[in-house]
Amino acid sequence: MNNMGINIQKKQQRAGWFFLAPAALLIFVMNFYPMFQAFMMSLKTGVGKNMHFTTVPFFNYTRMFSDKIFKQSIGNTFFYLIIQVPVMLILAILLAQILNNKDLKFRGLFRTMVFLPCATSLVSYSLIFKSLFATRGLMNEIFIKLGIFKDYYNFLGDPWSAKIIIIIALLWRWTGYNMVFYLAGLQNIEYSVYEAAKIDGANGWKTFWHITVPLLKPTIIMTFIMSINGTLQLFDESVNLTNGGPANTSITMSHYIYNNSFSGTNVPNFGYASAMSFFVFILVGILAFINLKVGDSRD
Amino acid sequence: MTKVKKNKSAIQRRLIPSYIFLIIISFISVFPFYWMISAATNRTLDVARGKLTFGNYAVENFNKLVSQTPLWKALGNSFYYAALQTILVLFICSLAGYGFELYHDKWKDRLFAVLLLAMMIPQVATMIPLFKMMSSWGLLNNVWAFVLPAISTPFMIMLFRQNSRNFPIDIMEAARIDGLSEIGIFFKIYMPVMKSTYAAAAVVAFMNAWNSYMWPKVVMFSTDSQTMPMLISTLASGYTVDYGVLMMGVLFCSLPTMIIFFILQKSFAEGISGSVK
Repeated sequence: MNNMGINIQKKQQRAGWFFLAPAALLIFVMNFYPMFQAFMMSLKTGVGKNMHFTTVPFFNYTRMFSDKIFKQSIGNTFFYLIIQVPVMLILAILLAQILNNKDLKFRGLFRTMVFLPCATSLVSYSLIFKSLFATRGLMNEIFIKLGIFKDYYNFLGDPWSAKIIIIIALLWRWTGYNMVFYLAGLQNIEYSVYEAAKIDGANGWKTFWHITVPLLKPTIIMTFIMSINGTLQLFDESVNLTNGGPANTSITMSHYIYNNSFSGTNVPNFGYASAMSFFVFILVGILAFINLKVGDSRD
Repeated sequence: MTKVKKNKSAIQRRLIPSYIFLIIISFISVFPFYWMISAATNRTLDVARGKLTFGNYAVENFNKLVSQTPLWKALGNSFYYAALQTILVLFICSLAGYGFELYHDKWKDRLFAVLLLAMMIPQVATMIPLFKMMSSWGLLNNVWAFVLPAISTPFMIMLFRQNSRNFPIDIMEAARIDGLSEIGIFFKIYMPVMKSTYAAAAVVAFMNAWNSYMWPKVVMFSTDSQTMPMLISTLASGYTVDYGVLMMGVLFCSLPTMIIFFILQKSFAEGISGSVK
């Protein structure tokens, strides 16, 4: 009897392996194996069947750090990261905190409107913002009518304003998305915790800093990692909003890697592109690791 | 009674800054949508002049869009790829989530931890090897090149796994006694019980598939296989851009996801935040 019970359990465990096998296999074939291949390719040079290892080992990697455009793209990506991610997350927490108030009227309506930008595809909103900020576009008209600008200004033709517009667009698209995570997190916090704080005489800011933020910490860390990951991989916005311009001053790493492999603007160089993409992989890993460590140590 | 009322109005008065803040943010969130729709009904000249009211050029813009671009083909492609991808994602990932959570043991947990590492792999890093793989399998411009790399994701498996925690194990035992096989339990009991998780996952999976851009740009490059985001992107990259036509295209690209958003907003919110619980 006992023996049979073990047999049944074994059979069940085996069934479990069958259920997860297709998904696990696909992840190995479509993620881990290509990642390994990308690393091998990053050590090679040449095209197609003639790809061979570079005579100087790691040549593609040393080349990377003397490539002005790649360095520019790293700088741009970090510029987006450092400005956009904190502003967006603070705004998202603030909005979630406000929307979590049970006394607020039209909560559902406000939530829907703040969340609405998530309904657009990345290409769609990039094109909407590109048109809004075009030299002959609505924003220029408004600024001229208000007397702020004297003449039409080419937002996307200036390295700084082009980058700022990408940041504005990113804030528009992703703030509501992150707010949803915080709202879900806030709903898990017992209302009685706030009541107790009120009785102890804590004001709005105090409860926010000493109760909301610490209790939301796991959510904050997770959204931070997701946002860093997303920003390091920015592509659609760079391609469709500014096309990396003017003169590559707003190009992102993914966009430059794409240009070096498929676009036709540069000579395709799979080896070099793979080396750069492996660099992005390492960056994502390091930043995620730092984030988790920092999150742990504050306990 | 009056005291309560007074209290209530005092609370509302204190919330006035919150209301103002929310109204400003909501306006900023909604305005680009309004502008997109109004621009789609105007001539490019009026759009450039900053016209904000609706115009009479919607039909003309639409006709231009249809004659200048393979709109129906791209729309059909996008629907086809996204539907197929969604179905496969739901099936493969829910089956895995079911296996990982309800049959879990030490080794399955270890494998799961390894699979989670795939979350850190940037898309751009696997793009070239995957392109070579699809090309050697003769799948370029084929729907399978579009869906294969996107079927199994750690995020989706995790979503199903986390939500399976509340799945009643007793029911499984009862079903086994009734003679149901393990896969039978999955189809006959697990799937119906997990309905709301499937809905949430479906919304997220469909949106992801519909909106994907970089990967289709690499493998679906022929005009016959292109998707909506690719179509509007080419529409905007010409030397002179007709804003009315462009926004009509953007509207068509956004409409399906917007409809899903409005109908299934709750599922969508659950889907993106669901795996965090």
